[in-house]
Amino acid sequence: MAFAAFGSAPTTEHKGPTKTSKIVLALLMPGLVYLGLFFFTPLISLVITSLEVPDASGAIGAYQYGFAWENYVTVVTTYMPQILRSFMYAGIATIIALLVSYPLAYFIGVKLRSRPLVQRLMLVLVIAPFFISFLLRTIAWKQIFSDGGAIMQTVYSLGLMPTSQHFLGTDAAVIFGLTYNFIPFMTLPLFTTLERFDVRLLEAGSDLYASPAKVFRKITLPISMPGIISGTLLVFIPIAGDYVNAGQNFLGSSKTSMIGTIVDTEFLQTQNYPIASSLSVLLMAVIVALVSLYVRSSGTEDLL
Amino acid sequence: MKRFSIGKLTLPVYSFLAMAFMLIPIVYTIVFSFNNSKQRTNTQWQGFTLDKWLGVCNKPDVCSALGNSIFIGLVSTLIATILGTALAIGLVRYRFRARALVNLALFLPMATPEVVLGAGLAGLFFNAGVGAGMVTVVIAHVVFCLSFVVVTVKARVQTLDPVLEEAGRDLYANPTQVFWKITFPLLLPGIISAALLSFSLSFDDFIITYFNSGSVETFPKYIYVAAARGVPAEANVIASAVFIAAILIVLITQINGAVKRKRMLKK
Amino acid sequence: MAIDFKPSGADLELIDVRKDFPGFTALEDMDLHIPAGEFFALLGPSGCGKTTTLRIVAGLEEPTAGKVLIGGKDITNTKPHERPVNTVFQSYALFPHMTILENVAFGLRQRKIEDPLKKAMDALNLVELGYAAERRPQQLSGGQQQRVALARALVNRPALLLLDEPLGALDLKLRRQMQIELKAIQMEVGLTFLHVTHDQEEAMDMADTVAVMNKGHIEQMGAPEALYERPKTAFVSKFLGQSNLFVGSIVDSNKESLSIEVGGHKITVPKDRAEKQTGKIAIGVRPEKTTFHRSNPKLSSDHVVVGPGEIIDIRFTGVSNQYLIAIPNVGDVTVFAQNVGISPVIELGEQVWVSWKVEHSFGLSDLPAGNEDE
Repeated sequence: MAFAAFGSAPTTEHKGPTKTSKIVLALLMPGLVYLGLFFFTPLISLVITSLEVPDASGAIGAYQYGFAWENYVTVVTTYMPQILRSFMYAGIATIIALLVSYPLAYFIGVKLRSRPLVQRLMLVLVIAPFFISFLLRTIAWKQIFSDGGAIMQTVYSLGLMPTSQHFLGTDAAVIFGLTYNFIPFMTLPLFTTLERFDVRLLEAGSDLYASPAKVFRKITLPISMPGIISGTLLVFIPIAGDYVNAGQNFLGSSKTSMIGTIVDTEFLQTQNYPIASSLSVLLMAVIVALVSLYVRSSGTEDLL
Repeated sequence: MKRFSIGKLTLPVYSFLAMAFMLIPIVYTIVFSFNNSKQRTNTQWQGFTLDKWLGVCNKPDVCSALGNSIFIGLVSTLIATILGTALAIGLVRYRFRARALVNLALFLPMATPEVVLGAGLAGLFFNAGVGAGMVTVVIAHVVFCLSFVVVTVKARVQTLDPVLEEAGRDLYANPTQVFWKITFPLLLPGIISAALLSFSLSFDDFIITYFNSGSVETFPKYIYVAAARGVPAEANVIASAVFIAAILIVLITQINGAVKRKRMLKK
Repeated sequence: MAIDFKPSGADLELIDVRKDFPGFTALEDMDLHIPAGEFFALLGPSGCGKTTTLRIVAGLEEPTAGKVLIGGKDITNTKPHERPVNTVFQSYALFPHMTILENVAFGLRQRKIEDPLKKAMDALNLVELGYAAERRPQQLSGGQQQRVALARALVNRPALLLLDEPLGALDLKLRRQMQIELKAIQMEVGLTFLHVTHDQEEAMDMADTVAVMNKGHIEQMGAPEALYERPKTAFVSKFLGQSNLFVGSIVDSNKESLSIEVGGHKITVPKDRAEKQTGKIAIGVRPEKTTFHRSNPKLSSDHVVVGPGEIIDIRFTGVSNQYLIAIPNVGDVTVFAQNVGISPVIELGEQVWVSWKVEHSFGLSDLPAGNEDE
């Protein structure tokens, strides 16, 4: 009933359509033009480049348009291991990050409510890693897990691993580093939803359902869904495109190269722009497809 | 007597362990900023020294990289904050038909892996014949900071009651005065946190910078390149100093906020 | 820009003001004249257009058609900050980032009036909040915030003060107390007040003139007593207090009165109290004007008698008892009886007759909802 909106209730802004659109344009246009120029144009440019072929001169880094969709075939056949590995790393790291973060976010957001100062301090600690270079943090882990380090020495002396094997350079090491680096991106959105969570619902729930496990599954979990969705997206997407953790100078080895590694090499070193571009377009396309499927199936389209 | 229950302790103990785990590399980095390493690398503990802190710019390339990172961070934050705040106000305050589309356009940059945006922009600049440098880095950083600014400021605009602005108009303030005396001060906390977020994103960015910076050295780029042969302790000094400064700023604002809230509840 | 501030209020005129929103019309051809210095109340349910009227006067909403005049000057096309009008908002709308004193001084500063802080302090003292000058709005109670909002508006000496349900957020006791204070301040400063409310008691208590609004137009306007004693429409008779309404065709008409027939009873109204004198009309009476009897009272023709009916509900409200009596073929009739004896004086289910003096009947210009197309 539209009429009721104009009684005593606080009224919303209503102006003539012409005036509004002028203000809206002035507010939105600069930002949107910027995004158009420097976000959407590069994406389109990527698609075009991905279809190019080497030009007649044959010079390195020189290409011309050729609608070479075969580039995509080449990319998929050549780099299948890297493509699969990237999404596997991202999937596993996202799940671990969720499992690690949820109890933590619940503790800070729900249990620490009665102590606002402790809550705020804990929150600062959660975001503390943001303030120190993630490259240095990763290098710190590399040194902690180096063969000569205390941890690996203990592992070797206990006979848990033969000395001929190393932790660094394995899938596990890369997933460990990725998970570590992206845990705050999971914890923060979870905290934000759990912070507003009405604890009385739990009491009402235990009044109606009895078992704590059921209360968690039927009440707490559905209510924290928005946080879980944004957290998993904020973790999965950047990991799928990351390649620093997997780098040989960091936690990975030649056996852990990811999509990003290839794009970096093809683009910056071999200057094979079409291959680098088609790989990027592929990565973007898979992510957009996964995200829209995920968001649709979880019924949280209004999150966007 | 209250029954002692292990179950009640599990969550706090777990949480403190998880926090401790998160802090390990930070402590490690700070500790190794005091390492008296003689070689270029900084992997073995060789005794405590303040030399690296006192003479951090003895390695001039570390310091100039830091200077570049700060400059890039400030300029891109300024641009992203202005553009993003305008977008946030427009999106919350006005209903228009393309609203959902604009929201999607703002979400997409956050859903784009850095390597895709980095390569895309680099390709664009290459095709346009624009040489990579300070300008291209700033342009690139604004792109990924913008969406985060919009999200942060939007949350603040949503809590701002439009009636306050009407009250300002009613009390003889023209639209410009209403903005600067009422809207802006009330949005300021949100704008500040957006700017801080934007700066830290820009300051710590490596991948997009790597694709678009040409010969311009930034702090993360310096570390990435140095990682091949060993990162000098001076890099740890700079990272630790930045960390301590940032933590202090955040702690002060957070404690300030908590104290204010407490005082308000007491009145 | 020069704003013309009257020392003691100016009159307000709305001429054929209309406001269309996408999909509906909030105001239809509204004509209104409020003389200078009057306390005027716009009363109506939510959605009746009263807040829209207020916002048009404040300049926060542009009318689709029509004119707004203050002190005879057309201000329809001026911006809110150019109007000599101030508003006390329903939510008070105090600026949370300023002290109380700065809130009150805001309008003075905008207009570059000398000594804004001193004048603001005087205004705060007027509402007895001088001691809170350096506090923040969030530190004050609802009633205190309301008084600050009032001071912030009054300090500008506007020609017209608009009050948008300013007491709506307060609890009943505080509301009654603020009503008295508000009225006293209005008498003291002598400004024109336009007060919007859905609380009929508040409107009747405070205003010199009340306009009852419904669906975007004024149903009836007048002094509170006149509105109550002589409601002219079914809406007003039900919105202002309670009424028993009877609908029937005129069966009898003489020089002084008209009568209709309802369920075999004759219900009479003096001609000078009937808005409509032909065909099917509605006649009403206030419940407190009626009396019930255990036997048919056999009263003379200056009384209306209906019954017998059965008492189906009794409510004890303190000063009076409310009885609901179901009369066959007539409907339910409400009777208020003053609680002078030991209550209740009668039991549920008893058979009673109801009577009132003809001079207390009123005839409406329209029929209550549901009777129009019979």
